[in-house]
Amino acid sequence: MSQQPLIETLDLVKTYGKGPVQVHALNDVSLRIQTGEFVAIMGSSGSGKSTLMNILGCLDRPTSGRYILAGQDVSDLDAYERAEIRNREIGFVFQSYNLLGRTTALKNVALPLIYSHNGKHAPEVRHKLALEALEAVGLADRADHLPSELSGGQQQRVAIARALINDPLIILADEPTGNLDTAASLEIMSLLHDLHDRGRTIVMVTHEPDLAEHAQRVIHFRDGRVETDKVNGERQAARSAGAH
Amino acid sequence: MKPLEILSVAWEGLLTNKLRTLLTMLGVIIGVGAVIMMLAVSAGAQAIVADQIKGLGTNLIFVTPNFTRGGPGGGGSNTFLTMDDVSAIEAQVPGVTGVSTERDASETVRAGSVNLSGVSIVGTTADYPTVRSVGIASGRFFTAQEVTRGTKVAVLGPSLAESLFGSSNPIGQMVLVGNAQLTVIGVTASKGTVGNVDYDSQLYTSLTVVNQRFLPSRLSRIFGSRVSTIFIKVADGTSMDQTIFQTQVLLAKAHNVSLTELPFNVQTQQDVIQTQTATTAAFRALLAWVAAVSLLVGGIGIMNIMLVSVTERTREIGIRQAIGATPTDVRLQFLTEALLLSLVGGALGALGGVGGAWALGRFGSFQTVIVPWSILLAFVSAAAVGIVFGYFPANSAAKLDPIQALRYE
Repeated sequence: MSQQPLIETLDLVKTYGKGPVQVHALNDVSLRIQTGEFVAIMGSSGSGKSTLMNILGCLDRPTSGRYILAGQDVSDLDAYERAEIRNREIGFVFQSYNLLGRTTALKNVALPLIYSHNGKHAPEVRHKLALEALEAVGLADRADHLPSELSGGQQQRVAIARALINDPLIILADEPTGNLDTAASLEIMSLLHDLHDRGRTIVMVTHEPDLAEHAQRVIHFRDGRVETDKVNGERQAARSAGAH
Repeated sequence: MKPLEILSVAWEGLLTNKLRTLLTMLGVIIGVGAVIMMLAVSAGAQAIVADQIKGLGTNLIFVTPNFTRGGPGGGGSNTFLTMDDVSAIEAQVPGVTGVSTERDASETVRAGSVNLSGVSIVGTTADYPTVRSVGIASGRFFTAQEVTRGTKVAVLGPSLAESLFGSSNPIGQMVLVGNAQLTVIGVTASKGTVGNVDYDSQLYTSLTVVNQRFLPSRLSRIFGSRVSTIFIKVADGTSMDQTIFQTQVLLAKAHNVSLTELPFNVQTQQDVIQTQTATTAAFRALLAWVAAVSLLVGGIGIMNIMLVSVTERTREIGIRQAIGATPTDVRLQFLTEALLLSLVGGALGALGGVGGAWALGRFGSFQTVIVPWSILLAFVSAAAVGIVFGYFPANSAAKLDPIQALRYE
């Protein structure tokens, strides 16, 4: 494959603290993720997977090494430029949904549009786009509900609609089903599958092997390094079987 | 973000906790309202005094005890003005057309079946009409002799005469004032209300009658020969400065003190207005400080609540940052919230202040004049307070690390 990877990291290092109490959260991590991949990142807590997600999401900067997103080096961007990347190119899905509590589902979904610096979205356009995004996750009839009036699974679907609204390059899902029961988990996973099938690139952190089975590729982290990085055979087989 | 969006996000932020928003605004509301009301009262007081002084007529000199130089109560008995001073000035100072003094009382007045309570009684001297520029419509004013003898006569203001006697001629009729029978000898020409004093509804009688009959206590009767303010009317074309100097010399001699130690103020109308203006200016300066302090307190209240709000909404800030809010977006959101707090507070305070000032003037015993620039001043200071005290919390919100903020519980 000579294709330009969507995500490429070169010798990423992240250290916290100084001197004897220095912690190496990431040690020379080099990764390539292609457009359209569904990658699960696994590892125990403290393995560095959250740190990697923060850097991939442009919430944080590496101590050294490069992070190239869609051909652009984003390692040294300032807070303003990183905010713009997060707004346009990255859709976050968090374990605890992270919706604004006193704001309706529709307004939560429309929120990234308010902060779009390139977009000239009039309020009516924002409303229409947000409603379409809610429809895509099957919650158009809940548009005027507050998060507290929705179930956990529904809240997470609102969060996914919000992640999608600016048509980002990647979806970063951090334990997206961590707070959900089995039925709701399956619901969210099948929604992520749908997105993947429609060509979205998804990077998901999880520590449940069952869920990692849903991904095409599973990367294991340990002590800030990539321990294993393998293509998920079963999943690949299922996909090719489905294609036939 | 466009300005309208910033405004609507900030507005929603404030609406989510209405009670707290209102309590935070309270400091600004009270500060702004108090400034407007106090300025209205002080402007009203100044207007009354200026009106009263102007209503006294022109070419007037006032002699008043000087309290700061051991006036009544401080020095000996020679620090009081007396009736002797009144007659001495009239007799000895050249260019004087009239000298009068007054003592006021309030009594029930009865004539036939009509009974009026709380009528304002002015006990004065024969020169009152000249000094106060009050005309006589019918009959006559009392003479100096009648004052000295304490003859029981009364002159009525036109509306008082109307209330007591209707259309019949009051001259020669008897009125019962308190428990004194007085004969009506004249009615004054209409002068109207000047600076809170309704000249038309007063009853004028001699100072002697008031001293003997209407003063509240025995003690005041003993000191009845003392007078408070002496009014001197000067003839046109006479030098006021000359007359003032001559009056001072005369009083110094009569009270046996040197000219520099004279325990009386001898001033013209202009002097009194100037003194009054200076006093009001000092009063206003004091109010400005009180206002500044109350706005400062209001501003600290805003800062305090905004800091709490930033801490409490750390997670919200983190979410906004994660989906693309820049530090400027966050800073503007909180700064706008602070500005809205102070502006809405300022507007409510201005409404309250104007309403309060109006109510004080309408239902209270104050005259109030709402000063338009005080509203503007209060508003601008409220906005300034919002920006100054909102900046620090807004800045600390903008500097939050998104990862830490998202992790905040």
